[in-house]
Amino acid sequence: MTDRPERRNRPAIDRLAGPPDLPSVRGANRTCLSLHVPEPDARPGDAVDFSGIVIPAAGSVARPDVAVAAAETHPLCFTLVRVLDEEGKAVGPWDPRLDPDKLRRMLRDMVLVRVFDERMFRAQRQGKTSFYMKSLGEEAVAVAAAHALDAEDMCFPTYRQQGLLVARDYPLVEMMCQIYSNKGDKLKGRQLPIMYSDREKGFFSISGNLATQYPQAVGWAMASAIKGDSRIAAGWIGDGATAEGDFHNAVTFAGVYRAPVILNVVNNQWAISTFSGIAGGELTTFAARAVGYGIAGLRVDGNDALAVYAATRWAADRARSNLGPTLIELFTYRAEGHSTSDDQTAYRPKDAGAAWPLGDPVARLKAHLIGLGEWDEERQKALEEQLGEEVRAAQKEAEKQGTLGNGHYEDVDSMFADVFADLPWHLAEQRDAAKAETASRSGRGK
Amino acid sequence: MIEALNDAHDVMMDRDPDIVVLGEDVGYFGGVFRVTAGLQKKYGKTRVFDAPIAEGGIVAAGIGMGLYGLKPVIEIQFADYIFPGFDQIFSEAGRIRYRTAGEWSVPMVIRSPYGGGIFGGQTHSQSPEAFFAHMPGIKTVIPSNPHDAKGLLIAAIEDPDPVVFFEPKRIYNGPFDGFYERPVTPWAKDPRAEVPEGHYSVPLGKAAVARAGEAVTVLAYGTMVHVAIATAEAEGIDAEVIDLRTIVPVDIATIEESVKKTGRCVVLHEATRTAGFGAELAALVQERCFYHLEAPVQRVTGYDTPYPHSMEWTYFPGPARLGPALKAVLKD
Repeated sequence: MTDRPERRNRPAIDRLAGPPDLPSVRGANRTCLSLHVPEPDARPGDAVDFSGIVIPAAGSVARPDVAVAAAETHPLCFTLVRVLDEEGKAVGPWDPRLDPDKLRRMLRDMVLVRVFDERMFRAQRQGKTSFYMKSLGEEAVAVAAAHALDAEDMCFPTYRQQGLLVARDYPLVEMMCQIYSNKGDKLKGRQLPIMYSDREKGFFSISGNLATQYPQAVGWAMASAIKGDSRIAAGWIGDGATAEGDFHNAVTFAGVYRAPVILNVVNNQWAISTFSGIAGGELTTFAARAVGYGIAGLRVDGNDALAVYAATRWAADRARSNLGPTLIELFTYRAEGHSTSDDQTAYRPKDAGAAWPLGDPVARLKAHLIGLGEWDEERQKALEEQLGEEVRAAQKEAEKQGTLGNGHYEDVDSMFADVFADLPWHLAEQRDAAKAETASRSGRGK
Repeated sequence: MIEALNDAHDVMMDRDPDIVVLGEDVGYFGGVFRVTAGLQKKYGKTRVFDAPIAEGGIVAAGIGMGLYGLKPVIEIQFADYIFPGFDQIFSEAGRIRYRTAGEWSVPMVIRSPYGGGIFGGQTHSQSPEAFFAHMPGIKTVIPSNPHDAKGLLIAAIEDPDPVVFFEPKRIYNGPFDGFYERPVTPWAKDPRAEVPEGHYSVPLGKAAVARAGEAVTVLAYGTMVHVAIATAEAEGIDAEVIDLRTIVPVDIATIEESVKKTGRCVVLHEATRTAGFGAELAALVQERCFYHLEAPVQRVTGYDTPYPHSMEWTYFPGPARLGPALKAVLKD
């Protein structure tokens, strides 16, 4: 240091000395303190190591009655609700016993999400948009939950639940137009790609600021209860974002008012480059957060569509019976980078996703259907081809309305609309100035 | 500029073992913009480490470390994410020296990438500097080039009080003058990117004359310094561009000197207009230079809307907005 103008904060050791009859810090035989900074098991160049992951056998976890006291669910916060076993058989008390049509529909939605993701990821690489986020390996989390909820229930997602929209039959072209910020984008080019919003589908606008939606889901659920409505709410948050204060706000309000809400924590174990240990995942489970707040909690194999369905259904039934919120940890793995802006090979071993011991959610549901005699490889192949066609056709349709790189949404009036319901004088003036500026730019050939 | 900022960390961490760095993804990965790359490896993970996604916690932990006597340099991944930490900055960091009559202080730097121009949409593009300029006890610094970035960050680290240090992310990799259809230029070819080795500082509270001129004074900071210079060149206007570098405390002497000389003033920032820092600058110029002014002070700013994704260049206050304003003040 050239100079240290002030370092007065550090207490002089002398002042720390206690009265003569108490031991003094100085000279006391005490251990030097040291800071613990969690580290993941493996970094680039290391072998992938998932040996520390404890996986209870499918079907081994009891299913309590929906009406039990919250505390009786707390042992379930430290295990893993699983239905599909290694052969793809549905076993144990959590088996939701869905009919084959429903199973096929869930498989179709998950495959569609995957095909869509692949296509849009590539579109970003082709310069057609600025950003994209896949949900590879996490398709069951959103798709199965959407099927377990009623279509009228309200969703407050974070950014990797595109499966909710797909499962609720939201048009792919609409999704793509949003991703392209093009003339067909109903959000008028205002939002970053994938930050969808659709009131009709009960899908609240995604925010780039993390965790904000979580207490909002609780507020919506409280309103539904205030009005004697029958609809419940569900919120999603990542493991990383549970560290935000808004997580605490959400769970506190949900518990206090017994709000009819399902609070999902998607533990995909990575927050960009930061592993879940930095969010407290080394100390306990994320489901265990339910214990301290006194609400019901479940910890679920997030790559098992049937377990996700069953747990969501259990929590929904509980909420609908005025028995309050459930915190569900969906234990999964982010098999891809965080987004198109991320390079996952810079901080974790390559192919970690492929080694995830709880497998691939699509493959597991497919194996289950095949085992039931309700599906086969040819039909799977045909489904993938058909969905590939659908996605390609939707892309062609969406691109007719432009892409971010070529024909994005541009309308000066709309840029100033919706700041408020009305247009105060200062925004009207700014709009007029912006119009003049745009005209001058185009007049000069930009 | 990323390398310059990284170097400032390195130089200071090497000199002062009390400096610690924390923030989201700053450890092993080195930050999403790589400003802290390599620091954990060099200085160990108890001096450079990842924080939970909890900006309120990051700021508060930084305050606590500062109270102990360390020198935390914390990163908020995007300025748009700083608001969960707002209470700790506004109600705590900025007031601890005052409320304890100097018994404690918070020697902390809060770094954060800010501003638009990268198609980041409304949550990766904002310019919230005016909120911090409004806070008692907080200094706010915004560099416009690699040389200043390193020197200002070193000065901020050496400062005994909390400093908010906003880094214009659009110019991390090269100067950007608002002519968005022209090819991107890297810093490599720019004299302002010549960064001396080792320790040097650029004092807080001192502006720089980024372009000398006689006709009109443009007050700017960050990316807008480049927009101002390029617009003056493109329009053939002999503008004097003042790069404020620190907005609180602002270098009033340099502003006064320039405006009294030119008699005309345009203030320029990317942030929203109403109650933006430009309003403060316009008020200062009016209070202190009124009898030297030949024309009303003009503000050129972003609009009072959230930052739109697709209409980035319609929103961004580039040469097409500054040019007419310069001509307007010169007309009177």
